[in-house]
Amino acid sequence: MSDHCVILFPTSAHVMRAEKLLQEAAISCRLIPVPRHLSSDCGFCLEVKYCDCANVCALFDDKKLIYDETARLT
Amino acid sequence: MIYLDNAATSWPKAPGVTDAITRFLNDTGANPGRSGHSLSIEAARVVATVREQVAALMGAPDPLQVVFTLNVTHAINIALQGILRPGNHVVTTSVEHNSMMRPLTALSDRGVSFTAVACAPDGSLDPALIQAAIRPETVLIAVTHASNVLGTLLPIRSIGEIAREHGLLILVDAASTAGCVPIDLINDTIDLLAFTGHKALLGPTGTGGLIIGPRVNTSELQPVFQGGTGSRSATETQPPMLPDLLECGTLNTAGLAGLGAALSWITTQGISCIQQTCRAHTTMLLERLLAIDGITVYGPLDANLQTATLAFNIRGMSPSQTGQTLDERYGILCRVGLHCAPRAHDTVGTFPDGCVRFSPGVFTTSEDVTAAADAVCCLAGEAAQ
Repeated sequence: MSDHCVILFPTSAHVMRAEKLLQEAAISCRLIPVPRHLSSDCGFCLEVKYCDCANVCALFDDKKLIYDETARLT
Repeated sequence: MIYLDNAATSWPKAPGVTDAITRFLNDTGANPGRSGHSLSIEAARVVATVREQVAALMGAPDPLQVVFTLNVTHAINIALQGILRPGNHVVTTSVEHNSMMRPLTALSDRGVSFTAVACAPDGSLDPALIQAAIRPETVLIAVTHASNVLGTLLPIRSIGEIAREHGLLILVDAASTAGCVPIDLINDTIDLLAFTGHKALLGPTGTGGLIIGPRVNTSELQPVFQGGTGSRSATETQPPMLPDLLECGTLNTAGLAGLGAALSWITTQGISCIQQTCRAHTTMLLERLLAIDGITVYGPLDANLQTATLAFNIRGMSPSQTGQTLDERYGILCRVGLHCAPRAHDTVGTFPDGCVRFSPGVFTTSEDVTAAADAVCCLAGEAAQ
């Protein structure tokens, strides 16, 4: 298993909001194309370290930022 | 040349706007949200930054509730058609622009009714008249923040409180005020705020938006347009989440890049500072115009009660003749006629001929104002002979 996971969002605007929140929280992340096996959406999603994933999701919940799913990369 | 038509569109634009548009087209250019490559992501960052800027400037708690449109007309149509259903009633005013009146009139053919509360001839509105017009079937109060003809500011906070008391939504058309009058979505009790980017926000044409406040149930909004968003691509129905619910098709990304530069400039200056500059122009113009024999000035005649929009007529000279002479002889550019607001002119008493409208902007100088007033004085003297 990879030591990274991806977080999928309902719109690209949500992804950009997520990136800004993580930058403000000094949590590293990057935007990557949505893996085709996870979704048929055209855009991109957020990749974070797997060890940060729980904290990142808690941050999004706290900020009421909706996300669709998380998936550990293989 | 003296440009006094900022109420139609601001000119010049804020410093940095042209460079931002050029930079976007030359260096970024890709389609935000439609691909996963680096340029698409960078384009999405540009759009997201402007979304954050708009939310911050207008006191909107959630940037994702900012929906970009082509202009304020587009935004008002999305709001009205998104909310209203047959049998619903809307309260509006008699100083609205056709961007409000035409969609409402079209909706009246589909079972939506509206009451246009009468403003005073100076454009002012008694909020009690709004309250009196509310019916059991009323769902929305839809009002302009300021008359585009007279500049008169409407008491939107009082109207918003009435909306709250009656469980109604309030839509505010901020075409004339966003960028030159402080607006706070929450404190001003606004549920839907329609704005344009090309007027006092000093950005390019083709930019605008609708801000959806927290009291609006987005699951009940019916999108006017359906189409590609880059999200939920496997389905042939519109995604339910804002902004994509109401924002489909490729955005005017280059324009939004320009709007972002304009918002940065406005934020640096401060809207209160810009408002003071515009008030100074208004005060000076009012003093000069009111001292001229043979002209009638309309509106509240008080810079604290209006935007930098001054409507007047020269006795014995039609508005069109006045505008043409000001342009050809003095290089003064203004707007004459009905200003896309026939009902407002009816309220003032200037329908169907209309009037002359001077609208200085933040880049207008006191010399410009003096020259414009001197020119009107000369024309009034000629017309009196």
